Amino acid sequence: MDTPLRIVLAKIGFDGHDRGLRVVARTLRDAGFEVIYLGLRQSTDNVVTVAEQEDADVIGLSMHNAGHLTLSRKMMSALDAADLDIPVVVGGIVPEQDVQPLLDAGVACILGPGASAEEVVAAMQQAATTV
Amino acid sequence: MADESTARDQWQEALDRSTLRDADFETLSGVPVEPVYGGGPYPGQYPYTRGLHAAGYRSRLWTMRMFAGFGTAEDTNGRFKDILRNGGTGLSTAFDMPTLMGRDSDHEWSEGEVGRAGVAIDTLADMSDLFADIDLGRVSTSMTINGPANIVMAMYIAVGEQHGTSRAQLSGTIQNDILKEYQAQKEYIFPPRPSMRLVTDLMSFTAAELPRWHPISISGYHIREAGSTAAQELAFTLANGFAYVEAAVAAGLDIDDFAPRLSFFFNSHNDFFEEIGKLRAARRIWARWMKERYGARSEKSMMCRFHTQTSGASLTAQQPEINIARVAIQALAGVLGGTQSLHTDSFDEALALPTEHAARIALRTQQIIAHETGVASVADPLGGSAFVEEMTDEMERRAEEIFAHLDELGNGSMLEGAYAGIENGYFVGGIAESAYRFEQAVNAGRRIVVGVNDFTDGDNQSQDILRIDADVEDYQLKRLNQVKGERNDSQVAAALADLVAAAADPIVNTMPAMIRATQAMATEGEIVAALEGVFGTYVEAAVM
Repeated sequence: MDTPLRIVLAKIGFDGHDRGLRVVARTLRDAGFEVIYLGLRQSTDNVVTVAEQEDADVIGLSMHNAGHLTLSRKMMSALDAADLDIPVVVGGIVPEQDVQPLLDAGVACILGPGASAEEVVAAMQQAATTV
Repeated sequence: MADESTARDQWQEALDRSTLRDADFETLSGVPVEPVYGGGPYPGQYPYTRGLHAAGYRSRLWTMRMFAGFGTAEDTNGRFKDILRNGGTGLSTAFDMPTLMGRDSDHEWSEGEVGRAGVAIDTLADMSDLFADIDLGRVSTSMTINGPANIVMAMYIAVGEQHGTSRAQLSGTIQNDILKEYQAQKEYIFPPRPSMRLVTDLMSFTAAELPRWHPISISGYHIREAGSTAAQELAFTLANGFAYVEAAVAAGLDIDDFAPRLSFFFNSHNDFFEEIGKLRAARRIWARWMKERYGARSEKSMMCRFHTQTSGASLTAQQPEINIARVAIQALAGVLGGTQSLHTDSFDEALALPTEHAARIALRTQQIIAHETGVASVADPLGGSAFVEEMTDEMERRAEEIFAHLDELGNGSMLEGAYAGIENGYFVGGIAESAYRFEQAVNAGRRIVVGVNDFTDGDNQSQDILRIDADVEDYQLKRLNQVKGERNDSQVAAALADLVAAAADPIVNTMPAMIRATQAMATEGEIVAALEGVFGTYVEAAVM
């Protein structure tokens, strides 16, 4: 990597399961990414604001409450409203049946349970090149 | 060996006084088995390493308590009545995410969450629906909620009043363990100190008025699920227990008046002997600290009673059926560790909320352990095994190191140590570090997770998963609007003002004003907002 990719990581809404997000944050940092860790209870608007200010290459959202369809659509429309084209990667408990609907909603990549460090890194790199 | 023979005689007397289950205590081949093997201290004897009761599971099996819930209050009420009709006496209530976070169903973040992971409670009207036509004096109700525990408790007391059930008759448990929220589960609302004031308000109130109520269940489960080691789970949980004891004593309660009502909740994970050692160590440590450090006199104050749940985080989305084997092994560890009650996870939990089919298999797993394996015939059957005793000692040593650190952080107060550890990131950082180390070991192939990083050939076909009907949310929003339309707004405002005044005065117990506010039909979100005006709102520092 020439310039390290800048990744904003957050959980939006009430969901407090942050184990996955914390592991992903350290995995990415150790792999040479620049991680902007927002942590818990973020609004989609705040994620958009930070992503724009920090010139983020990718937004990573972690979801464990079965709210991924609703939340991902909210995130995509918040980005649209701000006229920003930053790829979004969703990780967490996403059943197979929901993968296509998420991709259709504009999510760049989905990391399911059990994704390895290599897969996490590859997903971010791949997402960053889709724009 | 006079001590040993006295201990043996005393154990025998206690056993003779116990009522035993109607069962044959012999092996499958007809070999009779003794109620206990090995030496003392025996089961039922301080420090209770070998269990709380002389007869172990011979007098009573563990309670098979399955936690579940989704949908509207009315739906859940129907399921409660089914349980009662089928001879059950214990009701377990799961709340949805907005309720757990102290927000109403019409909060902007509630969309998509209403009634999903549990029942939605906005006002006393919902609580009345939830327990409609149920005699609260004859059931034991468990409510798993923390940040807004006092509000939900106030509503439960108010429903009792509507039914004409006195407070003294109400029986059950509310989780109300706020410290582990800052450390692991993250369902906090107010900052730690005012939250502890609410905890001690409820402990004082129940000690005085609801003697059959367990006002707190001190929980390591979520600490472990967030990624801690077994020793961290053990140490953080018991340290939180010590903090609550110190807070309650500081609030003027006598230790022997409330300590017998404290209970614990542990995780049972994959490493079989480590888990058994952890559970045995928990009883020994609690007994010794309660007696020696806190001066408890009643034996009941020294007994660490706990519920156990198998580890949801250990289950894999890959080849989900193999989780049945994981759950069975973890459940067996919980039983061999001497748990009072047990929840077994469903094999599909790494994908979604459990289906009925998967939940039934989980319950059947407990029944197999209870009725087919013979492990319930002998108390503490692994006691005396060199490995198990060493694992118990080692868990205790590691926990004591952590206690010493917290004691120092708090200048001799475990309560101040807990606050300091929350503030300086000790708990969150320690848990995250352990979680990361585990993932690194899995990534490097040093730890095998079957189906994930090895033995991956298998059936990963799409699983049937549970979907929650979106109608629940529409129904709940209508219900909330209807209640708001029918209530007397000036009464609500007055009740909230009284609550704020009570909250602002540290020597006033907030529970009476809380009950009146719920009776005026103030919503959970309104009560939380009013209290946030006095207590503030907790925001976790975004440190990775």
